[in-house]
Amino acid sequence: MTPSVATGLNVRNVRNARLRALLPVFSLVVILVPIFILQPATFSYFGLGLLLNLAVPIVFATLAQLAVITVNDLDLSIGAFVSLTACIGATLCVREPWLGIVALIGCVLAYAAIGALIEFRQIPSIVVTLGLSFVWTGLAVLLLPSPGGSSPLWLGSLMTYQTPLIAAPIVWSVVIALVGHLLLMRSSAGVRVRAAGGNPRAMSRFGWSMVKSRAILYGVAGIFGVCSGLSLLGLTTSADPNLALRYTLLSIASVILGGGEFVGGRVSVWGAVLGAITLTVAASFLAFLNISPDWQVGMQGVILIAVLSLRVLLQRGGRR
Amino acid sequence: MNPQSELQSTTGSAADAQPTLAARLKMLRAPWVWSFVGAIGVGILIAVVFGISIAGNVVLTALVFGVFMVLVGLAQMLVITSGPGNIDLSVPSVIALAGMIAVHVMGAYGIAAGFVAALAAGVVVGLANYLLIRVLRIPPIIATLSSSFIIQSVAITQSSGMNAPPVALETFANGHLLGVPHLALIALALSVVIAVLLHLTVFGRGLSAVGQNPRAAWLAGVGVEATRCKVYMLSGGIAALTGVLLAAVSGGATLDMGVEYMLISIAVVVIGGTQVTGGRATVIGVWGASMFLFLTNAVLNALGAGAGVRSIAYGLLIIVVVVAAGGRSARY
Repeated sequence: MTPSVATGLNVRNVRNARLRALLPVFSLVVILVPIFILQPATFSYFGLGLLLNLAVPIVFATLAQLAVITVNDLDLSIGAFVSLTACIGATLCVREPWLGIVALIGCVLAYAAIGALIEFRQIPSIVVTLGLSFVWTGLAVLLLPSPGGSSPLWLGSLMTYQTPLIAAPIVWSVVIALVGHLLLMRSSAGVRVRAAGGNPRAMSRFGWSMVKSRAILYGVAGIFGVCSGLSLLGLTTSADPNLALRYTLLSIASVILGGGEFVGGRVSVWGAVLGAITLTVAASFLAFLNISPDWQVGMQGVILIAVLSLRVLLQRGGRR
Repeated sequence: MNPQSELQSTTGSAADAQPTLAARLKMLRAPWVWSFVGAIGVGILIAVVFGISIAGNVVLTALVFGVFMVLVGLAQMLVITSGPGNIDLSVPSVIALAGMIAVHVMGAYGIAAGFVAALAAGVVVGLANYLLIRVLRIPPIIATLSSSFIIQSVAITQSSGMNAPPVALETFANGHLLGVPHLALIALALSVVIAVLLHLTVFGRGLSAVGQNPRAAWLAGVGVEATRCKVYMLSGGIAALTGVLLAAVSGGATLDMGVEYMLISIAVVVIGGTQVTGGRATVIGVWGASMFLFLTNAVLNALGAGAGVRSIAYGLLIIVVVVAAGGRSARY
């Protein structure tokens, strides 16, 4: 390969990477601008707070999904898992806090164990997590047969805490994204686990354990799942075994929207967080549009398709 | 069927492949056998615990309601076989939409027109799914999910003025021929057609090739994109048929009648032994897995287990089957 070709490739790679980083910002702006035009009142502390009210649990769930996608897997159980942790929070954590904490830690360890099992037996994650989603839902139904329960006091006050100047959900999201970014993109451990998705063979030849990497990433996903469930409980103040089932697909869509890819360990924490916020705002956007309730669900589909095709159009433009 | 012919060819070449025979036999171990072992095991358990006559009744019920699992399983199987990442999450919403359309059109223009309209709707949805995946390059899991949202809304607009399916269709759907439910016969006929399609036609062989290695298939002259397009249309059509039959059996179409089939369609395919990464399908395994899951559910019901316990048992069952099958399939 001649040097000029190499630099040409390099420039194109850099440009692609930059475009990929810009896409989530662009799609968020595309969604936000019409909202601000339609409802100028939303561009304020309280307006943004209302618009992004449910963003924090979705951001956590998205990062859980991101951890799993990093290692080329897909987690179809995260929605059921978030519901389960919300149910644990609404029942055990209120009645017997110690038992609740033990149960939550047990959930995280179970997640890590599943990651190790998937690597150890070389089985498809999509099927294992599909089975897991039945297990989580079953456990949640056993814990809380009908919607109800209550949120622990500290959780409620934490989630309704009013931050100065900037609305709380934005502050939370930025903090979460920063921590996630530092852990996954900047720390040496983060680079190592990302390599597990990028080139597993090279990794095991180097003597790093794939089982360990997968277990760590699934464990991290479990921790984020617990955070998502608890923050959701703090916002809704009651739980239900089907509370967060839609988070599974919402989180996958957010990661993809944020520039992540299903294969290759190519993910972006900032992008995923922006993707999650975009989809949250899109859901609130529908409320402003005054469309008939029959079409609310359909419009979600249309927005999802529109935003994702935007991403493709831009990427294609970048390649040319 | 296919595994048998493969077995014969192995024994034929046994003489010159002595050292690898054991390994090859292990590789050829028919994956669908396990689902049948499970189903028969549960069947025997029912017979021992509750008596033969009750077991017979349960199996007959399984042949009516388990058949819907078979149908959605067949649809999902075709899509999954077309390669890693391919999955159809719009099955439940197509079931609801097709049921609605069928009931309305049958009320106005007769049974045949209703069938045609519903199936056409399913095929159109399949085509739309494919176009989203191909033209907009949206990953199948999200493309089919988004389209299912839109279909749900369309189905809601169609749900006004609910009416029951024609009496003739309802009695036919609940009828028997020589002790076997009509529905089971329909599903059997469809299964045979799909098995022939998969194993004996150019399309089926092409589908396997595309699922195993799309580039190699393209180099070999297989129309990769045409194959994928047909697969999504077939899946939509079969899901639509399921919706019509479901509406006929239960005396009317409801919006949420397909919901439970989303996860089950995938579970049935996997437990049946179809390769999740694509390229190898087994129709007979879908039957075994459907009967297995349905009978297990029946046993848990009979034992008085609540919804929570049943769900956990279902999930553990799927995980155990996959873990036991393990490493045989390449992962993605």
